[in-house]
Amino acid sequence: MQFLSDNADLLWSAFLTTLSLAVVSGVCALVLGTVLAGMRVSPIAPLRGLATFYVEVFRNTPLTVVFFFLAFGIVQIDLQFPSRFITAVAALSLYTAAFVCEALRSGINAVPSGQAEAARALGLTFGQSLRQIVLPQAFRTVVPPLGNVWIALAKNTSIAAGFAVTDLTAALQRLANANADQLLAVFAAVVAGYLVITLPSAWLIRVVENRVAIVR
Amino acid sequence: MRTTRKVAALAALGLTLAACSSEAGSQAEESASSAPTAAEDVDFPEGSTMAELNEAGAITIGTKYDQPGFGLLNPQSGAPEGFDVEIAKIVAAELGIPEDGITWTETVSANREPFIQNGQVDMVVATYTINDARKQVVDFAGPYYVAGQDIMVAEGNPEGIEGPEDLAGKTVCSVEGSTPAQRIRDEYPEANLVTYDVYSKCADDLRNGGVQAVTTDNVILTGLVAGSDGAFELVGNPFTEEPYGIGMELGDTDFRNFVNDVLEESFEDGRWADAWDRTAGAITGEEAPEPPSVDRY
Amino acid sequence: MSTNVLFDLPGPRARRRQRIGTVVGALLIAALIGLALYRLGANGQLEADRWAVLFDPASGVPQALGEGLLNTLSVAAVGMVLATVFGALLAVGRLSDHAWVRGPVGVVIELFRAVPLLILILFCLLFLPTVGVPMTAFRALVLGLTLYNMAVLAEIFRAGILSVDRGQREAAFALGMRKTQVMTLVLLPQAVRRMLPVLVAQLVVLLKDSSLGFIVSYLELLRTARSLVEFFNFSFGNRYTFQLYVAAGLIYIVVNVLLSQLAKYVEKRTRRNRKTAGTGQVELPADAQMGGGSGVAATP
Repeated sequence: MQFLSDNADLLWSAFLTTLSLAVVSGVCALVLGTVLAGMRVSPIAPLRGLATFYVEVFRNTPLTVVFFFLAFGIVQIDLQFPSRFITAVAALSLYTAAFVCEALRSGINAVPSGQAEAARALGLTFGQSLRQIVLPQAFRTVVPPLGNVWIALAKNTSIAAGFAVTDLTAALQRLANANADQLLAVFAAVVAGYLVITLPSAWLIRVVENRVAIVR
Repeated sequence: MRTTRKVAALAALGLTLAACSSEAGSQAEESASSAPTAAEDVDFPEGSTMAELNEAGAITIGTKYDQPGFGLLNPQSGAPEGFDVEIAKIVAAELGIPEDGITWTETVSANREPFIQNGQVDMVVATYTINDARKQVVDFAGPYYVAGQDIMVAEGNPEGIEGPEDLAGKTVCSVEGSTPAQRIRDEYPEANLVTYDVYSKCADDLRNGGVQAVTTDNVILTGLVAGSDGAFELVGNPFTEEPYGIGMELGDTDFRNFVNDVLEESFEDGRWADAWDRTAGAITGEEAPEPPSVDRY
Repeated sequence: MSTNVLFDLPGPRARRRQRIGTVVGALLIAALIGLALYRLGANGQLEADRWAVLFDPASGVPQALGEGLLNTLSVAAVGMVLATVFGALLAVGRLSDHAWVRGPVGVVIELFRAVPLLILILFCLLFLPTVGVPMTAFRALVLGLTLYNMAVLAEIFRAGILSVDRGQREAAFALGMRKTQVMTLVLLPQAVRRMLPVLVAQLVVLLKDSSLGFIVSYLELLRTARSLVEFFNFSFGNRYTFQLYVAAGLIYIVVNVLLSQLAKYVEKRTRRNRKTAGTGQVELPADAQMGGGSGVAATP
């Protein structure tokens, strides 16, 4: 356990990096994903097309490729992110937004059509019925899938390690190299760092899910 | 019908594109690699690593895949090329292993020690600096070259970086698990260090302006400068000594002595200088330096 | 719910508004694309020679990329087969009547779903050899993908088995079948058939995840592109960097879109099939599609 106390600083800062990567990207992805989901069900065909295109592209591209493009590709159109952390946040958000959108869309599809019909019959506009009737119910049904997207995001942050962000996985690579004789301890410490994020999240999702579930 | 037409159009486009040759394709590939003849009638003591490898006729060697001049993967041939690769081939040949008996494995800075300890590679020839911390976990034959840590900056040195002291407050890039990175971390903590897994990403980042300097051994930087079309320049003020050794499993003294003997022979009979001229020397244009003396610690 | 109940069919005025909006939007997007292209052109990225390298056999690029794609596909294929087999076994184990089977299997599934795939791959590559398991980059990658995906597939299969009508199971028991027979002869075949589209969709995930091979130096498509970039950088500067990344990205998208279409086709056939009719639409949950680490079981 000598190894733990020696590297406590590195592990702690790496953990904070992973956590902040996940949280910041999560918020950005949620906002972008909700907008995309709204576009996907909107009456304006080009918006629908654009959102579908976005989702299809990001769903079928490995996250690593997205990272490569943002880190080394967009400089060709004279764009540059101010730091590697922000590059990582951008890659994770853009990628995750596609899945947030899909989760929300399946949630919207799960709301019985009678609800929307009633809203329309009452004279609510598209925006109103989406905001006040459909989305609030959709958000409830999508708690588990959205929660899972969040957990997947937390784990996907590990790819940032290949792009100069010192997160838990980067710490693992550094420590594994320096402590080749204590590999198991190194892995245990880093995996514990991820579990600290993922397991409570899973538990919280289950609790929230039971609270807000709609009994039909 | 419509699909057929589309396919036809695509095929035509493909043909047109294939017809126009590219600069990369038309440049005849002069191979920098060689194939030393495998030694025959070699006799090794029973049970030694050399005897095992010789009997198997196969060896797994770890090297870098991204370092011009020392170890760079040629995707056209599927094999790495460079000075490290040539040195490794000389050792393999002395073991009686022909070139097609060599399995190349990419070892990046961060996995060299684990790979040796786990036996995933028989030896590592990968710009591998001999130092005391590493001697605790692996053995080194050599050195077969002595490099020095230096700094690479953008063309014209806009930040006026002349040495490691000038890195304070600047963003400097290196590779995780390498000695230069650790040195910056330990001795120049005011520098803002970012680390990738390979140097080529550092070079990309320097080109993009994401970092102001790249630091590692001068020979590695020379290769990157040579390939940069004048976008980078070397500060040219090496501030350390980095003896490169051949890494192998800890405690295999017989094998270490054998590799040391091979290295010394190659220093004397000119194979070493020849390997240098064809690889790293071809890039820098420098004559082969005086070979270092092997350190049988 | 079909989304078209959310709005009326647009009337003439709304249609005009929409048309104006469409034109403005299209112009805006065209302007953005144009700007990007202009920037690319200004940086010389659109020169024909730079793109020709992708199709010029003399440069070795098409061959190398083809080989990279082959490596990617082979990792995905082997990983998929292994993950399906072990996933089915784990699913059956998780539904076992014996707590001593159910418990450990549950822990295995939860653990492998909770750890990032990258860490699993590194674990296979760095740790397993120290306990005497011979490893190569290919094996580490396949093993990591298998461990992770079998856990995901186990949950999918479990849902599939549970979705088979209870009457089937009861009828099978009434016919005097044993537990194993019920599972292997009645429940699993139907579950697998139902889950076929999901399995194909999971293949897309695996294919994407195989790009993590770049961490363990396996020469899959992305790492090959990277290698080509490094190699050409040496002689030509960053002349071909952008083109090679674009090529790799496009190949991924094309292959994956084809696979997704296959998944949709399989699903349509499955739904038409009378034997499986009556099952609701099965879709890979969004989080599982993300790859690299789907959620810890939150299945109700």
